[in-house]
Amino acid sequence: MKQEYTITAYTENQIGLLNRIAIMFSRRKINIESLNTSPSEIDGIHRFTIVIQEAEDVVRKLSRQIEKQVDVLKVYFNTNEEIIWQELALYKVPTDEIAEKVKVERLLREHGARAVVIRKDYTIFETSGHREETDKLISVLAPFGLIEFVRSARVAIIKSSKGFHEKLKEFEQLKPGDEVVENEYLGNRNDVFSM
Amino acid sequence: MSSVDTLPLQSENGTEPESRQVSGSVAVLEAMLAEGVTTIFGYPGGAIMPIYDALYDYRDKLEHILVRHEQGGIHAAQGYARVSGRTGVVFATSGPGATNLVTGLADAMIDSNPLVCITGQVFAHLLGTDAFQETDVINITTPVTKWNYQVTDASEIPAVLAKAFYIAGSGRPGPVLIDITKNAQLQLFDYKGYTKCTHIRSYRPAPVVRKEYIEEAAKLINEAERPFVIFGQGVILGKAEKEFKAFLEKSGIPAAWTILGLSALPTDHPLNVGMLGMHGNYGPNVLTNQCDVLIAIGMRFDDRVTGRLDKYAKQAKVIHLDIDPAEIDKNIKSTVPVWGDCKETLPLLTEKVNARVFPQWLQLFKEHQQKEEEAVIQNELNPTTDIMSMGEVINVLNELSGGDAIIVTDVGQHQMVACRYAKFNKSLSNVTSGGLGTMGFGLPAAIGAKFGAPDRTVVAIIGDGGIQMTIQEFGTIMQSNVNVKILILNNRFLGMVRQWQQLFHEKRYSFVDIESPDYVMVAKGYHIEGRSISERSDLRDALHEMLTHNGPYLLEVMVGKENNVFPMVPQGCGVAEIRLK
Repeated sequence: MKQEYTITAYTENQIGLLNRIAIMFSRRKINIESLNTSPSEIDGIHRFTIVIQEAEDVVRKLSRQIEKQVDVLKVYFNTNEEIIWQELALYKVPTDEIAEKVKVERLLREHGARAVVIRKDYTIFETSGHREETDKLISVLAPFGLIEFVRSARVAIIKSSKGFHEKLKEFEQLKPGDEVVENEYLGNRNDVFSM
Repeated sequence: MSSVDTLPLQSENGTEPESRQVSGSVAVLEAMLAEGVTTIFGYPGGAIMPIYDALYDYRDKLEHILVRHEQGGIHAAQGYARVSGRTGVVFATSGPGATNLVTGLADAMIDSNPLVCITGQVFAHLLGTDAFQETDVINITTPVTKWNYQVTDASEIPAVLAKAFYIAGSGRPGPVLIDITKNAQLQLFDYKGYTKCTHIRSYRPAPVVRKEYIEEAAKLINEAERPFVIFGQGVILGKAEKEFKAFLEKSGIPAAWTILGLSALPTDHPLNVGMLGMHGNYGPNVLTNQCDVLIAIGMRFDDRVTGRLDKYAKQAKVIHLDIDPAEIDKNIKSTVPVWGDCKETLPLLTEKVNARVFPQWLQLFKEHQQKEEEAVIQNELNPTTDIMSMGEVINVLNELSGGDAIIVTDVGQHQMVACRYAKFNKSLSNVTSGGLGTMGFGLPAAIGAKFGAPDRTVVAIIGDGGIQMTIQEFGTIMQSNVNVKILILNNRFLGMVRQWQQLFHEKRYSFVDIESPDYVMVAKGYHIEGRSISERSDLRDALHEMLTHNGPYLLEVMVGKENNVFPMVPQGCGVAEIRLK
């Protein structure tokens, strides 16, 4: 059954790696719904956050194939229940419309938004949240002449993750030791085939 | 390679060795020497001229084979890698030179051949300007390389090439492409020597073998009544032929091979039950669906091996040994995955399995073999008509070579027939384009194989379609006097496609009727001796002449026009639905 998965990849910061990862999806004709690259908790290690709609089986195979790339350290994939995520959205609206017709204060409160820029001709609001939340503010602002709208890719934190610091030490060892073994038991094979 | 004569760092007045100024091009060639490279296949051009200029001074240390087309160069490097177990090296220029490598890269990628390809690139300041012979080779080759990298500064060259050789040859091998801009080739920099790469933190070629999986696998095998081993190139790439044989001989399990696993186990080994897949043997295909434990070793369940997945070994528990974690559970869900280098995992498994024999189970393979002998093999090897079959040519070749030759095949009917009937005594002897099915692979791969194993007889078996795709490499054979034996099995058709058109498209022979030139004349133009025969009475003598001729030789054998390769698992059918006719 297809559902939304968030793939988190820890990688080296290499030119061309974005393409190498992106073609894993396009090769299978899978649409990337959102893709974000950013620094991670560790200096010099990059973090990709990719959102797709797919069946778990496909996501697992994809994740292994991504992880297999030389410059990729580790890939995780999670359902929405397993992560905390946000998207950032910006809205540009005519200031006079807003000032006249909308109680700005109520708007900001209800949607957790804040004004980033207020000029005579336009005002830019910013909010962050899940897709439905940022979408909702569009519909609220649309009647007042929404001039521009843009939303960022998803960024996500894995609830159960302890971060990458310890993991990186394992990767930096010349030979993987026993402590690298993630799962000692056969029941957890889905996690076994990776570092 | 401690005795390699690498560039000495100048030590002035007895002080510590200092760095010295060298060009990027010299650094490339020094890297080759340090990695033990002796042979390079290549073709010069504008953007790689500085490297070729430097190569002029390295002529006595590095043998460069001038090919006739870059595709020929990369297939030659593949052939070299496949018979030597070493990394093949290719030089090509930018633009068309680089794009001509793409087919070979894709072939090497899917068949796991270790290659390092060096391409020239336009000056860094011209990148992205549509300069003369500029092409975005990094992005073009990303899906077909294990790793690729563009160098724009010469000081990166030693470290990048060390990484390239390490990545190409370790773990599951694959092709690596390094694109070097012309300014970097020319640039002088402080060369501090070459250090081999042994570790990349984001890359783990060989995992820790998890003992609990070995235990679990051994338990399954020890409880099995009809266990069946299927093996692929992983055994050869892992240099684990001995370990594999020891495992088989202790466990007593019959074993069948994929076409890339061919030659890892001698043909006449009593536990070798034959070939898997679409044109494989009857027994191994049918009995895949009767075994109770299927032990897959260094193979990836390619669709040509499995047929329809939902009708493949459903009854069996599957143990999958592979070094590449992305292969585990990719096509076939395994009961026990054994992730690791089979050189390491097989001995652990051998230790834990009981010494057993399976006479009844083996007997079943023999009975199926007998059926196939009667329905297919007898007639293929001893036709009752005057028309020669491909199988009988291979059969006589076996008798004359004794199974000691390296057999290189192209793609099509002759490939299937050669893989089915050729005899092999030792590993690293079968070279074919398996995953990609690249017509035109055979001739250049045979050239490379001869350089990779100069003391062995190399026979390139090629169809009348494939030979015409890379026939220009006759020029390479002529110029470098490459002693390869070219055996053209000419059925005056693109035979495999014709067979499918006959069986599945109501004999609508759409553009498979291919004409050939006079190959003996063409060869003669390149000063290659040759002969064409169409009578059975000439076959043995002609093959003998080919094998004993001092130098390259072309033999064309006219075979049956509309012969088909059987058995066959039709596309969309399960392995047990294999047809004998």
